[in-house]
Amino acid sequence: MKILVCIKQVPDMESRFRPNGEKTWYDEGDLAFRMNEYDEYAVEQAVQLKEQLGGEPEITVLSIGPDRTVEAIKKALAMGGDRAVHIRDDRYYQKDPWQIASMIASYAKGEGFDLIFTGMQSQDRGSAQVGVIVAELLGIACATTLVGFSYDGGTITAKRELEGGIKGVAKLKLPALVTCQLGLNTPRYPTLPNIMKAKKKEIASLTPAELSGEAELTATAAIYPPAKKGGGLVLEGEIGIQVDRLMGILKEKTAVLR
Amino acid sequence: MKALLIGEYRQGKLLDTTYELKAFADRLGTDSVMLLVGSDADLPKYDGRLYLADAAKYGEYNPDLHKQLVLQAVERENPDCIVFVHSSYGWDLAPRVAVALKAGQVSEIVALNEGAYEVNACNAKLRRTVTPKSGRCVLTIQAGAFSPSGEPQGTPQLERLELSGTVSAIEFVGYEAAEQKGVDLSKAEVIVSAGRGVGKKDNVPVIAALASALGGELGASRPVVDAGWVDHSHQVGTTGQTVSPKLYVACGISGAIQHLAGMKKADFIVAINKDKDAPIGEIADVLVVADVMQFVPAFTAKCAR
Ligand SMILES: Cc1cc2nc3c(=O)[nH]c(=O)nc-3n(C[C@H](O)[C@H](O)[C@H](O)COP(=O)(O)OP(=O)(O)OC[C@H]3O[C@@H](n4cnc5c(N)ncnc54)[C@H](O)[C@@H]3O)c2cc1C
Ligand SMILES: Nc1ncnc2c1ncn2[C@@H]1O[C@H](COP(=O)(O)O)[C@@H](O)[C@H]1O
Repeated sequence: MKILVCIKQVPDMESRFRPNGEKTWYDEGDLAFRMNEYDEYAVEQAVQLKEQLGGEPEITVLSIGPDRTVEAIKKALAMGGDRAVHIRDDRYYQKDPWQIASMIASYAKGEGFDLIFTGMQSQDRGSAQVGVIVAELLGIACATTLVGFSYDGGTITAKRELEGGIKGVAKLKLPALVTCQLGLNTPRYPTLPNIMKAKKKEIASLTPAELSGEAELTATAAIYPPAKKGGGLVLEGEIGIQVDRLMGILKEKTAVLR
Repeated sequence: MKALLIGEYRQGKLLDTTYELKAFADRLGTDSVMLLVGSDADLPKYDGRLYLADAAKYGEYNPDLHKQLVLQAVERENPDCIVFVHSSYGWDLAPRVAVALKAGQVSEIVALNEGAYEVNACNAKLRRTVTPKSGRCVLTIQAGAFSPSGEPQGTPQLERLELSGTVSAIEFVGYEAAEQKGVDLSKAEVIVSAGRGVGKKDNVPVIAALASALGGELGASRPVVDAGWVDHSHQVGTTGQTVSPKLYVACGISGAIQHLAGMKKADFIVAINKDKDAPIGEIADVLVVADVMQFVPAFTAKCAR
């Protein structure tokens, strides 16, 4: 079995964000990057399936992004991926989900993957499109938002999360693509020996020019901080003073403290 | 301009979010027609043409078949845009339709900005305006962002849709009910919720202590539940409980839309967060910029006195 896991490297969401010079994306200076949270579940599920099948499947990790992306790739390899493909693209953020997905599909087409895992969405762009588009371009079955995954004899039983905590269960046959939701499993922390082992694993490097170059179907016209709606009172400063002030406010404004 | 609105139907019922699609079309100032894979027994109130396909035949979740049904309606109506709710149904189906039409998709629109579509980026810390470059486009709208003004009205003009084949790559097995609710947060007057910012499981009792000092219940954000720090029955948000207490205290919670959807109706919201820019600040009445593990014990001690 050949498995592909698509991962994206995204900034830590606790950072401060400001628009870049061309106002089409965020400025990357001062940001710390990590693996997209949803994609950690995707990597973990792939590794668990490999373990279930006695180590037979080969897991390829793919990521499109600039040089720094290698760090996220290395983490995925340390979690249990076998090899990686890094599509080096400094201008990846200029590409819309259609273009990103087209690059992934154009790479995957010749490789004959049986199963592809992606995250349900990226934390920075959050389009929730790339996985589904890849599946459609490859003409394979697809289910999104998995909070449960099991595999038996060529069939996946996918538990999809619906609104209000209800789940929808569906079966799909390989080849297939699934998109992973938070809580699907418990992503492992790479151990030191596995981090060392990962250093020896192959990371193939490709350029966008080697893959299909589709034109964009949507474009970012502008990016900007949201207009502050006024918001509420911000209490900063020394803890003791904050405690007293909040106490006063709650006594005045709510009936819960008397 | 013409919009094709894709309604939603689940467990034998029309979903109310369907009406948000019409509200969005009204805001766009565009004509609309609707499509629903549903049943005659629960039709939307809608003044216009409704393409109806029978859910008993084509399933409530069967993206392959639903895609083909949408494409049929597109063929008949030639719409400029096809609009879905950004929901487990919409984000699953929309990109499939977009690929089939080679149309650009704009996901989770929160507002309109002079004809361009506004979406969030980076957990709502940034906003983007996105413009489609394809003639026709696919749009998904954030649930709750476009509320209908007034009661929906009208009787739809039905047009039936049928498919010749019903072969699909996906077999829908059935629904699983939400986990039993150990605590019913919907009636709590005070809820103090723990988010990932509390740091570790061992710190959760500190948050629970504030909840009990205020005579309330413990709530939680999703990562805290996923990590097993707090039981799922305490989760607040789109995939947890919807609450409307007199006081909601969010401890170390960033304020993602799926969390806000569950608690924004609280009368008074206090957020404790070390990040002054956390999106929760947008809806909080008071944002205390502090380390939650320093502030909360101090505040609890004060309450106890
Ligand atoms: C389909 C779908 C459904 C979802 N349903 C839900 C749902 O029902 N409920 C839900 O909650 N989420 C839900 N989510 C997840 C949601 O998108 C967010 O990932 C989640 O709400 C984030 O939880 P959080 O705020 O606790 O964590 P984070 O976003 O990681 O935020 C942690 C916050 O804590 C602050 N912090 C860190 N350390 C400290 C400290 N020492 N002191 C003070 N503050 C600190 C940080 O500044 C940050 O703002 C859903 C997501 C999807 C895609
Ligand atoms: N640059 C990228 N490189 C590799 N995979 C990606 C990239 N962007 C998105 N993906 C995958 O597609 C999923 C959905 O992303 P998005 O459509 O941006 O919300 C992510 O969780 C990843 O698995």
